[in-house]
Amino acid sequence: MTRFIIRRLISIPLLLLGIVSIAFLISHNTQGDPLASIVSERQMDNPEVVAAAKARWGLDKSLPEQYVLYLRNLITGDLGTSFRTKQGVGKDILERLPATLELVIAAMILGVGSGIVLGVLAARFRNKPIDHAARLWALTGSSTPVFWSGLILLYIFSVVLGWLPGPGRLDPRSVPPEFMTGFLTIDTLLAGDFAAFGDALHHLILPALVLGWTVMGIVSRLVRGSMLDVLSQDYIVAARARGAGELRVLLNHALRNALVPTLTIIGFTFAYLITGAVLTETIFSWPGIGSYAVEAARNLDYPAIIGVTIVGGTAFLLSNLATDIAYAFADPRIRLS
Amino acid sequence: MSQSVAITAFRLPNWAKLPVIIGGLIVLFWTAVVLTINFWPIDDPIEMVAKRLMPPSAAHWFGTDALGRDVLSRTLHGARLSLLMSCAVIAAAVGIGCTLGAIAGYVGGFVDGIIMRLVDITLAFPPILLAMAITASLGPGLENAAIAMIVVWWPVYARLMRGQVLTVKVREHVEAAIAGGAGHSRTLLTHILPLTWSPILVNATMDFGQVVLLAASLSFIGLGASPPTPEWGSMISEGAIHFYKWWICAGPGIAILSVVLGFNFIGDGLRDYLDPRSR
Amino acid sequence: MSTAPLIEVIDLTIQLNTAVGMLEAVRGVNFSVADGKTLGVVGESGCGKSITMLAIMGLLPPDVVISGSIKLRGVELVGMSQRQLAGLRGKRMAMIFQDPMTSLNPVMTVCEQIIEAISIHDRQASQNAKRVRALDLLQLVAIPYPERRLKQYPHELSGGMRQRVMIAIAMANDPELLIADEPTTALDVTVQAQIIELLQRLQRERKMGLMLISHDLGVVAGIADEVAIMYAGRVCEKGPVETVFDRPHHPYTFGLLESLPKIDRTEDQLVAIPGSLPTLSMRPSGCRFHPRCNFAQAICAEADPALETVQDPLTPGVVAACHFAETALYTDQGAGS
Repeated sequence: MTRFIIRRLISIPLLLLGIVSIAFLISHNTQGDPLASIVSERQMDNPEVVAAAKARWGLDKSLPEQYVLYLRNLITGDLGTSFRTKQGVGKDILERLPATLELVIAAMILGVGSGIVLGVLAARFRNKPIDHAARLWALTGSSTPVFWSGLILLYIFSVVLGWLPGPGRLDPRSVPPEFMTGFLTIDTLLAGDFAAFGDALHHLILPALVLGWTVMGIVSRLVRGSMLDVLSQDYIVAARARGAGELRVLLNHALRNALVPTLTIIGFTFAYLITGAVLTETIFSWPGIGSYAVEAARNLDYPAIIGVTIVGGTAFLLSNLATDIAYAFADPRIRLS
Repeated sequence: MSQSVAITAFRLPNWAKLPVIIGGLIVLFWTAVVLTINFWPIDDPIEMVAKRLMPPSAAHWFGTDALGRDVLSRTLHGARLSLLMSCAVIAAAVGIGCTLGAIAGYVGGFVDGIIMRLVDITLAFPPILLAMAITASLGPGLENAAIAMIVVWWPVYARLMRGQVLTVKVREHVEAAIAGGAGHSRTLLTHILPLTWSPILVNATMDFGQVVLLAASLSFIGLGASPPTPEWGSMISEGAIHFYKWWICAGPGIAILSVVLGFNFIGDGLRDYLDPRSR
Repeated sequence: MSTAPLIEVIDLTIQLNTAVGMLEAVRGVNFSVADGKTLGVVGESGCGKSITMLAIMGLLPPDVVISGSIKLRGVELVGMSQRQLAGLRGKRMAMIFQDPMTSLNPVMTVCEQIIEAISIHDRQASQNAKRVRALDLLQLVAIPYPERRLKQYPHELSGGMRQRVMIAIAMANDPELLIADEPTTALDVTVQAQIIELLQRLQRERKMGLMLISHDLGVVAGIADEVAIMYAGRVCEKGPVETVFDRPHHPYTFGLLESLPKIDRTEDQLVAIPGSLPTLSMRPSGCRFHPRCNFAQAICAEADPALETVQDPLTPGVVAACHFAETALYTDQGAGS
C-alpha cells in the first residue's frame, strides 16, 4: 500500500504543474492581451501601474521566461491583485476560505449522511415504493439548479414561514466571534456565546441543505448499488445464521462493506459541492470563495477568477488524493497488502 | 440461498419503466417547443406586454417580469437557446473527445500519454470554475460560454472512448482483421468503433441535463446569454433581484428541472437496460 | 428436556416465487435428528438439500412459501417471526457453509466476528470475558497461535483455517444442532479429512445433533448414523447409513453407489447415472427419477411413489420412495459386495 500512496503522491506535483500551466494559458490569452488579466481597464491609462505590472509579471520578456516568473510568483503565494478589492488575491481567498469550508463540510455531512440512509433503505426495500421514492427524490436533487432551489426555499422558509433567517452567515445585529478557526459555528462555541452559535447554525441550515441535496443522489445511488451487491454475499447469510438481527446485518455487515466503494466518490462529491457552492453562496450572500468567484466573474476581475480556479483545482486534487488514501485504509485487503 | 435470490431478482414490476416514459414525454415536449415555438399563439418574449411584476393570472399564467414581459412566453422561448446550445456542446464534446480518445487508445504510446495527461489535468478542475475562468477570459457571451463548456466536457468522452477502444482492440475479430491486412483507419472505423457506442450514448444522455445546468449557471452568473435574450439562467438571475416576486424565477426553474430530470430518467433507464447489474 | 426429538421435519414443502410462477423446490420432506446423532443428507446439487437446511434455519427470503412443519424440540419453527428465529439461530442451532472464503465478513477481524456471535445471544458478558471465550473457541477448533489469529482478517487465513473459524463461530453458544452444508467441498483434500474429524469430535464432546450435507458418500458413510438421499426436491430413501449403503432400495441410491470408483473394480466398470437432474420448472410426471431409471416401468411415469417403510427383514428402519422398492432387481446385484 505504501507504494500505492507514494505513486499517487508523485503524480500530485505533475498535476499541479498542469493546473498552473492551464491557468497561465488562460491568463495569457485573456481578451487577447495578457496585460488585461493583470491590470484593470481603468488603470490601463496609468503608465506607472502598467509598467509595474509588466515588470512584476515579466510581460516584456519571452514566453518561457514569463512562465517561469509566473510559477515563481505563484510559489511565493502571489496570485496577483484583485481589481475589485485592491487586495492580494491570495489574501482574499484565505479570508473567505473558512466560510466556504464550513458550508461545504456541513453540506457534505447532510448530503452524504442522508444519501447513505436513503441508499440503505432503497436497497433494503428494493423495488418497493420506498425504493422508487428514494430514487426519485435523489434524482430530483441532482437535477435541480441550486441557484433556483436556493431562491425558492429561501422564499418559503424565510419570507413565507419565517422559520429560518435570510441570507448571510450571521444576523447583522449580532457580534461576530473572535477569529479562531473561521468556522462561525465553532468559533461561537469556543467563545461560549450560545445565542450567536444558534444564530450561526440557523443561517447555515438552509444553504447546507440546498447544497447537500445535490450530492445526495449520487451517494444514495452508489450506496444502493453496493448494498445490493453486498447483501447477496455469503457472509450476509452467515451473519444471519449466527443470529444477527435485521439491523445488525444491514449496518454492521452490509453497510460496513458497502461503504468501502462509497469512499471513492467522496472526492467526486467534493467537486460537485464546489460547483454547487459557487452558486449557493451567491444566493445566500455567503462570504466565501464561491461568491467571491462569481463577483469576480461578473466584474471581469481576472486575477481573482484565475486565482480561485487554481485554488479550486488544487483543493479538488488534494481531496481526491485523500479519498484514495482513505479507501486504501478502509479495506483491510488493500491496507495489509 | 443464492439460487432463490437470483430467481426473485428477475421480477421487475412494470411500473419501474414509468420514469423512462415520463422522461421521454418531457424530452418530446421540449423538442416540440424548440421546433414550433414561433407558431405558438403566445406573447412576444422581448416586448413589454403588461404591467411590470404582475403575479400569475389568467392572461399571464406565469406572471410578468420587471420589464412587463410574459414569463411563460420567455420560458418557452428560452428552451430554444438552452437546448440548442446544449446539443451543440454535447455534440462537439462527444466528437472531439471520442476522436482523441479513440486515437489515444488505438495508437497508444507517446500520443496516448500526451492526450491522457491533458485529460487528467482538465478533469482536475472543478468544472464550473474552469468554465467560468475560460468564459470570462474570452469575454462573456454565449459562444464563449459554449466553447468553455466544450473544453470542460471533452475529456470525459476521451477517457470513456479510450477505455472502450482498449477493451475492444484485443478482441479476436479485431486481431483477425489486422492479420487480414486491414489498414489502421479501416480497423478503427469498421471493426472497433461500432462496438463502443453504448456507454457513450448513456453518458451523453445523462450529461445533456448537466450541460443544460452548467449553461444556465454560467448565464445566471452573467457570463452567458445577455439581455434581453430569453435564457433560463439569466431569467432566474433577474428573478433573484426581485426576490419577493417568486414567480419570475419559478417558470425557468421548473423548465430547467424538468429538462434535466427528463434526461436523467432516460439515461437511468438506458443504463439499467444496458447494464442489468445495476438494477 | 422433553422427549421430543431435537429436530423434526414433517412434510416440508418449499415453493419459490419466480418470474414463471410458483416453483416447487422441495416437496414432502420428512426426517428427524436426535441428540448426539448425525444425519447425512446426500444428493446432486440442485436437489433441494441446501434450501431445506436454510428453511430449518429460517434463512429463506420472505417471498418463499414454506408449508409443513419444522419442530425444534417440539416447538414449531414454520411461521415463527424472524425476531424469534434470530434468537434461536446461532444459539440453539448453528450452521456452517460450503465456501469459507466468502462466508466470513472481509472487513471484520476474526475476533470481531466470534465476539459478535457471542454477544448477540449474551448481552451481559463483559468485553474481557468475550475475548477469553473467543480464544477458547479457537483452541477448541484446534487453530494454532489463536492469539495471533484473533487479530487477523479473513483474507489472511487459509481456506481450512477459515472453515475452522466458521466452526468456532457456530460453536460460540454451544448449539444443540449444527448444520454443515458441504463444509469441505471448497477445501483441499488433505484439509477435508481434518475438518470432518473436527466436526465429529465436537459432535461427540458436545452431544450435538449434526446434519451433514454432502455429495461425498464416503464422508457420510464414515460419520453419519442415518442418511437421507434426496432427488429433485424429494427424499427418495432414508435409513441407517450402513443398511442403506449395503442394501439400497431405491434405484437412485443404487446409481449413486455404483458411480463410486471402487478398489476391487476396473475403471471401465465405473457407471454414471444417465441424464441429469431435471430443472425446477420441468419436473417429470410420476416418479421424478423415472426418466433416468434403468428399471422404470409404465407405472413409474404415472404415479409418484410414496415414501414408505420397506418390507425387507434385512433392512429394518429403511424408508424408500419407489414402486419396486421391495421387488427391485438391483438390490441383489447391489453393493453387497
